[in-house]
Amino acid sequence: MSSSVADTKPGDLPRTPRDWVPLLLVPALMVLAAPLFGNVSSWVTLTTAGLAMGMMIFLMASGLTLVFGLMDVINFGHGVFISLGAYATLLVLGPLAAWGEADSLVLNLSLLGLCILAAMAVTAAVGMLFERVIVRPVYGSHLKQILVTVGGLIVAEQFIHAIWGASPITVALPQTLRGAFVFGDVAIERYRVIAVVIGLAVFGLMHLVLNRTRIGLLIRAGVENAEMVESLGYRIRRLFVSVFVAGSALAGLGGVMWAFYRQTLTAGMGMDVMVLVFIVIIIGGLGSIGGCFVGSLLIALTANYVGFLAPKLALVSNILVMALVLIWRPQGLFPVNRQ
Amino acid sequence: MTLAMSSAAGTPPARNGILLGLLSADPPRSRVLSLLLVAILATLVATPFLIPGSQPIGTAAKICIFILLAASFDLLLGYTGIVSFAHTMFFGIGGYGIAIALNRLGATWTSVAIGLAAALALSAVLAFIIGLVSLRVRAIFFSMITLAVASAMLVLASQLSGFTGGEDGLSFQLPPELRPAFRVLADPVMGIAINGRLLAYYLILFVSLGMFLLLLRIVNSPFGRVLQAIRENEFRAEALGYRVVAYRIAASVIAALAATVAGALLALWLRYNGPDTTLSFSIMIDVLLMVVIGGMGTLYGSVIGATLFVLAQSYLQVLMGTVSGSLAAVPLLASITHPDRWLLWLGILFVTSVYAFPGGIVGRLRRE
Repeated sequence: MSSSVADTKPGDLPRTPRDWVPLLLVPALMVLAAPLFGNVSSWVTLTTAGLAMGMMIFLMASGLTLVFGLMDVINFGHGVFISLGAYATLLVLGPLAAWGEADSLVLNLSLLGLCILAAMAVTAAVGMLFERVIVRPVYGSHLKQILVTVGGLIVAEQFIHAIWGASPITVALPQTLRGAFVFGDVAIERYRVIAVVIGLAVFGLMHLVLNRTRIGLLIRAGVENAEMVESLGYRIRRLFVSVFVAGSALAGLGGVMWAFYRQTLTAGMGMDVMVLVFIVIIIGGLGSIGGCFVGSLLIALTANYVGFLAPKLALVSNILVMALVLIWRPQGLFPVNRQ
Repeated sequence: MTLAMSSAAGTPPARNGILLGLLSADPPRSRVLSLLLVAILATLVATPFLIPGSQPIGTAAKICIFILLAASFDLLLGYTGIVSFAHTMFFGIGGYGIAIALNRLGATWTSVAIGLAAALALSAVLAFIIGLVSLRVRAIFFSMITLAVASAMLVLASQLSGFTGGEDGLSFQLPPELRPAFRVLADPVMGIAINGRLLAYYLILFVSLGMFLLLLRIVNSPFGRVLQAIRENEFRAEALGYRVVAYRIAASVIAALAATVAGALLALWLRYNGPDTTLSFSIMIDVLLMVVIGGMGTLYGSVIGATLFVLAQSYLQVLMGTVSGSLAAVPLLASITHPDRWLLWLGILFVTSVYAFPGGIVGRLRRE
């Protein structure tokens, strides 16, 4: 602390000391796990698979943790936005099925892009409605939030059943995104590369918005002390709603990626993955985007490694990682200070 | 949360001393509610003789078990103010304890005792550890961590097929006294054979009733009052010198034990246990609906909620079938009134009851 103060010119504010240790966990895990595999190729395959899965979990979890950080609202119905985003792909895949069958990377990628746009539009709209009808009356009471959002989850899942039917629907990946890149004896699925690229892009964008824009400044200030931001004349309510809508849209984006990854749609698919999402945001520290990112990668990599090395342990590995992290840092990797 | 009306027991009047003592000085305090409770109890006791047949008695047994399960959940949700999503995990542990013991060790009462004791011990240890890890930091972790642990347990139960029977579950024989072939009396009474099945039903009824009264005793003890104090104002309770974490953990262990007993009873009744009958997440949602619709923060709410819910599960779908049939011409309306969509309506009822009448049905009845 003292050194960082000394380094700055007089008049500059002292910088917040950065907390590097948790950031080292992911590379450390990758390196430490490497000798356990007999060959390089399975390590590379599992690592890229883990990274891709981690990115998808991050997309789904980031909105939830942001909403909690800013509004102190815990949304147990977040999973519905994931399912809804996944089902929204059907709106695009129905009329544009030919684009997916075409053997053209441009058409395939634009199909994926359109799916994402449709999903984000639908989930943003439903998110706005959800905030208005379900969440707004229960600000301030965690117990009621949990109950009401679970109620919203039940109702919304049933609506998905009513609209799209209760039986699972299969979706096919666009033609050129199927299969894998093969380098020697290392195989990397193409879709996973796309997932990593999209995940990194979203993380970078969120980082920029939060740290380099006025809106981001207000959001970060709101996380620390909402009342103070309000008393400075900003409409914190409007900020709340836009963050909730953005969080829902991110869940929708994650839902699209998850849908093409699983290639089956069920109304409960969001709720199934919510377990991982909750573990991730607890590990990361409720409200922390960076923690959410590190937590996602940590959980996904561990799940992939353990699933390969000791399949029996895979079932409990997530719980085990969470327990270890909480023993080390009870508030999560990056605790968020609230006023 | 203002559920204060449920807590004020006041000074009990001298009349009805024994009854009031049984109810731990926490009477229903509403004429309609008292009548409903008496009617439910009387119907449950008389079901085997009133409505012969295997389906009504099965529904009645399910009502008894779910009253106990919902009441134990209310100890957490309504009295302590924390939401657990692992309650069906303990329900499942009870079921699996009985199923595995009777399946492996033979159909004797000793096996029942061993299975139940092992299940209770496992539940207590798990509830304690979960509470310690999550409640120590902040109460909101508890909901998320219980959800995670419960889903891991569900996967575990369906994967360890050598031990738990996997997705198929386990069937087993009951001790001889509880089998249909066992005759308590040689001659039928009122045309009903007094056999082991009937004995099993009354065993479930009276164990559930006994456990319910015990829970009522617990929530009206000084310990229960502290739980309510924590629910109303955690900070003030801590300032008064009560260790909030210790009380919350104790409540979650007690609730887990009661849920384990309920799971054991269900397994004994069905002579089977599997992931879908006790462990699944949808049962967790059912229990949540029962407690909230019936009324949080009063155990009588669980009685009303569980009874209504189990009846609705059996009979609401029939009603919706007729409504949906008559609306067949209107596309969306027909599909949302389809019998499979009954949870939609209960979900809407659930959300509105959290907003409009947080005391649930019982809170409503008591206000009149």
